[in-house]
Amino acid sequence: MINIRYKLTSPKQIVEEFVDEKVENDEIIVRPKYLSICAADQRYYQGTRDKKVLNKKLPLTLIHEAIGEVVYSNDSEFKVGTSVVMLPNIHGIKSNIKENYDRSSKFRGSSCDGFMQNNVVCKKENVIKIDRDDVEVVFLELMSVVFNALDSFEKVVTNIDNSKIAIYGDGSLGYIASLIIKKRFSNCKIISIGKNKDKLNYFTFVDDKYTIDKIPENVSFDYAFECVGGLGSESAINSIINNINPQGVVSLLGVSEYPININTRMVLEKGLYLIGNSRSSYNDFKNAVDFIQKYPDTLNYLSNIVSNVVDVKSISDINQAFMQDTMNPFKTIMKWDI
Amino acid sequence: MKYALILASGTGSRMGNTELPKQFLKIGSKPIILHTIEQFTLSNLIDKIIVVVKEEWKNHLQDILDNYNIKNVEIALGGETRHESVKKGCEYIIEKYGMHNDDILITHDAVRPFITHRIIEENIEKIKEYDAVDTVVPAFDTIVKIDDDKIEDIPNRKQMYQGQTPQTFKLKEMYELISSLNENEANTLTDACKIYLIKNKKIGYVLGEVYNFKITTQYDLNVANRIVRGEVNI
Repeated sequence: MINIRYKLTSPKQIVEEFVDEKVENDEIIVRPKYLSICAADQRYYQGTRDKKVLNKKLPLTLIHEAIGEVVYSNDSEFKVGTSVVMLPNIHGIKSNIKENYDRSSKFRGSSCDGFMQNNVVCKKENVIKIDRDDVEVVFLELMSVVFNALDSFEKVVTNIDNSKIAIYGDGSLGYIASLIIKKRFSNCKIISIGKNKDKLNYFTFVDDKYTIDKIPENVSFDYAFECVGGLGSESAINSIINNINPQGVVSLLGVSEYPININTRMVLEKGLYLIGNSRSSYNDFKNAVDFIQKYPDTLNYLSNIVSNVVDVKSISDINQAFMQDTMNPFKTIMKWDI
Repeated sequence: MKYALILASGTGSRMGNTELPKQFLKIGSKPIILHTIEQFTLSNLIDKIIVVVKEEWKNHLQDILDNYNIKNVEIALGGETRHESVKKGCEYIIEKYGMHNDDILITHDAVRPFITHRIIEENIEKIKEYDAVDTVVPAFDTIVKIDDDKIEDIPNRKQMYQGQTPQTFKLKEMYELISSLNENEANTLTDACKIYLIKNKKIGYVLGEVYNFKITTQYDLNVANRIVRGEVNI
């Protein structure tokens, strides 16, 4: 099959690369329907990553958040026309290490080509059937990242009833994490903390919300999820360390390009647990899919963080989507009609 | 029903001294015609794919389809000219499936393997508003009209486009029009949309892609091979 991949060759420069793609008998071909731009894609596109990294990784097909439709399959489980979410993590050598942490795994849009292609050739283990293919369903990848964090969190915290949980970050990940955690731990008090009051106004479902510079002195919590990333991680993590109760658990989800200084003295004094989280596994995706089935109003909440849907029919539309994304408060989605 | 009619009756006389008609030559790992068929098989918008081929190449094509395990593609016999092949393709469909008012015919050159889903989708969308739909790309070179030994006209380039395929029609109307052509018209009209033009029908267009070019010459074949090897980024 002749396939076209849309490759970033240098910052803001996307070209069509043609591939004579071999399709094995057990492989499935998926045509993407919605692709969501992530901050990691934007850093490659804008060229804000370290030059050495850019030189090593480019040319690269971006995007790791996507849903689509099966257009070819020999598998009775994934018939032509089935809607699926595509998993960006391609498991390497199977081991006891969770696949998203296994160093032999590859990740689409980072260590191998992402979903910005006319058709994506996938193994069965890299797709999961979905009941609906509304635009918001493209957030399953972000949801799976939260489920990956919860998977690690619940291995440490066994009784969470009636506790207070803070979620730092007023971006898309913070919103999704707050939504999932609020629904999953319904008897807990959920506090959202961010930088931007306007964005926090979207968090209508949480119990309390504060801007990071105006957290009342008496506010404390038992657990925290950091969903900030970038240089802002530093102030967020140190705010967590200051406000969390002793022996609390801190889940870190925000990606930063730079080393972050944190107050380790207080980490030691309070006996805190810090858990690192990155990406997600097949089971995390499955949990995300099940969550949407269990709580159908999730999609309605998720629609609030669709800032813009750009109909993409050409490379100039892709560029337009990436440019608009820099001005959007939340997520930019590409409707893939190319 | 939406029928894709892939025209593969050409003999490849412009390709030079090749053993096979150009549609059967390979680019990358497969014959050109298979790449083209695959793009239609991946489209959920098409109900039936029919390939029109000269009788002497029918078995050859069937073997290729079998060898690559491509199913649900039917073979019809084509004619000497493009019009004749389209007409015979229509007759094959009508005989096998009947003719219905909402039947759509998407005709495409077998030697344009770089067709995309977007182009197919937009053709199908546009035929709802027009009698026929053509696929075109802006002409980057100036077009010069020559009569005998002198330049007669240099039209405004902004209005000039180059025709590609697919060309999309309503099956019933297309069959009626193509059947009504006299011998002279059938021999001189090299483009199916031209029939609609001279009959004062409404023809819409969708934008194609520069890379949706027709593999006609040895040069085109070399370019196509380099493209699928990833040596040329567009």
